[in-house]
Amino acid sequence: MKVNNRLKWFSIGLLTTWLVIFVLFPNLMVIAVSFMTPDLRELIRPEFSVEGYLRLLDPLYLDVLIHSLYLAGFATLLCLLVGYPAAWIIAHTSKRMQAFLLFLIIVPFWTNSLIRTYAMKVILGNRGIVNKTLMEIGLIDSPIRMLYNESAVIMALVYILLPFMILPLYSSIEKLPRNYLEAAKDLGSGPLRTFRTIVWPLTLPGVISGCLLVFLPALGMFYIADLLGGAGNLLIGNIIRDQILVTRNWPFGAALSVTLIAMMAVMLWAYHRALKAMQGGQGR
Amino acid sequence: MTTDSRSAVIRLCAVDKAYDTKTILNQFDLDIQDGEFVTLLGPSGCGKTTVLRIIAGLETLDAGSIALAGIDITQLPAELRNVNTVFQSYALFPHMTVFDNIAFGLRTKKVAKAEISKRVNEVLAMVQLAGFEHRKPADLSGGQQQRVAIARAVINKPKVLLLDESLSALDYKLRKQMQNELKRLQRQLGITFVFVTHDQEEALSMSDRIVVMNDGEVQQQGSPREIYETPANLFVARFIGESNIFDATVEQALQGNEYRARIEGCSFVIHSDSALAPGDRVHVLLRPEDLRLKEINNGGDENGLVGTVLERNYKGMTLDSVIELDSGKQLQISEFFDEDDPDFDHSLGQRVAITWVPSWEVVLPYEG
Repeated sequence: MKVNNRLKWFSIGLLTTWLVIFVLFPNLMVIAVSFMTPDLRELIRPEFSVEGYLRLLDPLYLDVLIHSLYLAGFATLLCLLVGYPAAWIIAHTSKRMQAFLLFLIIVPFWTNSLIRTYAMKVILGNRGIVNKTLMEIGLIDSPIRMLYNESAVIMALVYILLPFMILPLYSSIEKLPRNYLEAAKDLGSGPLRTFRTIVWPLTLPGVISGCLLVFLPALGMFYIADLLGGAGNLLIGNIIRDQILVTRNWPFGAALSVTLIAMMAVMLWAYHRALKAMQGGQGR
Repeated sequence: MTTDSRSAVIRLCAVDKAYDTKTILNQFDLDIQDGEFVTLLGPSGCGKTTVLRIIAGLETLDAGSIALAGIDITQLPAELRNVNTVFQSYALFPHMTVFDNIAFGLRTKKVAKAEISKRVNEVLAMVQLAGFEHRKPADLSGGQQQRVAIARAVINKPKVLLLDESLSALDYKLRKQMQNELKRLQRQLGITFVFVTHDQEEALSMSDRIVVMNDGEVQQQGSPREIYETPANLFVARFIGESNIFDATVEQALQGNEYRARIEGCSFVIHSDSALAPGDRVHVLLRPEDLRLKEINNGGDENGLVGTVLERNYKGMTLDSVIELDSGKQLQISEFFDEDDPDFDHSLGQRVAITWVPSWEVVLPYEG
């Protein structure tokens, strides 16, 4: 018992130390920096200022921010529309089939997402596989411009982030006891009503965590906007990177990061509330 | 066994059902009369739950037909059938309050709000849960959840209420209480109840009629008394209650339905309504409480099967003993205490002679 206890405290201590040094501390630093004043020589001056946050409201940046939220939001919506049926189908196949299909969902993770983004460039470019094929069959005379616009960014975000939507959805759909569906049917409820009143509320935690895992990373994936987006389709990630590395306005970059963290906090709170509404996910 | 004066509310006709390649039901027929409390009783895997799910519409048929109140509903989906189910694990919707759970069926039928709340309150009072309407299922005890599940089903005024092992999750005392409540509810509502269980005691105490199933086939159907006192075959005899089963050979036909037969080397008179010829082999079934026991003292001679007391268990109401016959066969015997004899008991190893009340034996066809 004693040895066991010591091991327990050691593991917990190690984990806590790790999180404090590499998660809590950097985040506190980001928050601190966001309230400081930019300095050309020293990067930051320890003088209190809310300038960083005020700049968020500058129309120039506000437009970019809103457009970025729109890109990520639209990608999240598409992921949900594609991911929910996919997760539903996977969860309703045999156990062996489920393992195989989930494996297929996870396979793309084996390749770095940056490389996969380049691959999209090769496939969708003016002289890419799709355009070449279409021209060779004679369906089109000149290549369709599929890159460097809004839809290219959204498509790439969906492509890269879809598994993050499917996996939490799958896990909450799979946990949904079948006899709830049978009970609803037995009580005279058709498929649509059953989905609206039983399935959706009970899988809402999965929906929220899926959206969380897609929406927030989507805002930060600057390399997708860089490679596929052209000039007008920036993500918040691009601005943060530019502020930190190029323009050297650290407080503003930090304020943007804090905004992202705050958005995540709100979504986590919604997730928690959805779970609580189900009575702590009481199963069976 | 059942009168046709009442109409069959459920009629299953030549139903086939298989899962993958495993046959569950083969040419299965069953009639359920209007207003009766029927129990489908059998060991697990005998197909009783499948029958229930077929009635509910949760399973499709491979062949055959099912009619509800004379109308063919074979192709009718579950949501359109006027039949409701109380599921084994209740399947209460965890995110809804008791009120919303119970109102669910009425809301699908677009019943007016005022009417819904009136009927929910009525049914809550009926299952003695008034005041619980704003609780969530997780805040209720097992027995209360069970009542909500029943309320959620009966509020729709179904023609038939299906109960799938609905009491098996409750502890002994609560189960007894719910058995009585279900009986009361059934009388009060006049709805046909189809109850599935593997608990023979539960089946005997609750049902108007028991359908004993094994391997997807009906072994016997009848009142609890018929099933217990005149089982149709060895399976039913063994499945329901304790029983002592002897192999017997008919020696001679006596007058009427009486025959002389040899059981364990002794000659007895047995009663059978089927025609038997000398040399026929039969099974003779005797319940432990039908046997009579007499102690043999001082090397006296007694009629009956002779053996020794192997075990005796005080059961409060009865004294249950195990007797080993000289042939090695063991018998269960259960005697009621004799009020005139407070020292009524047997010592282990006591020689005894066993007989039974004439004509209380059940003679069954030989099954090998």
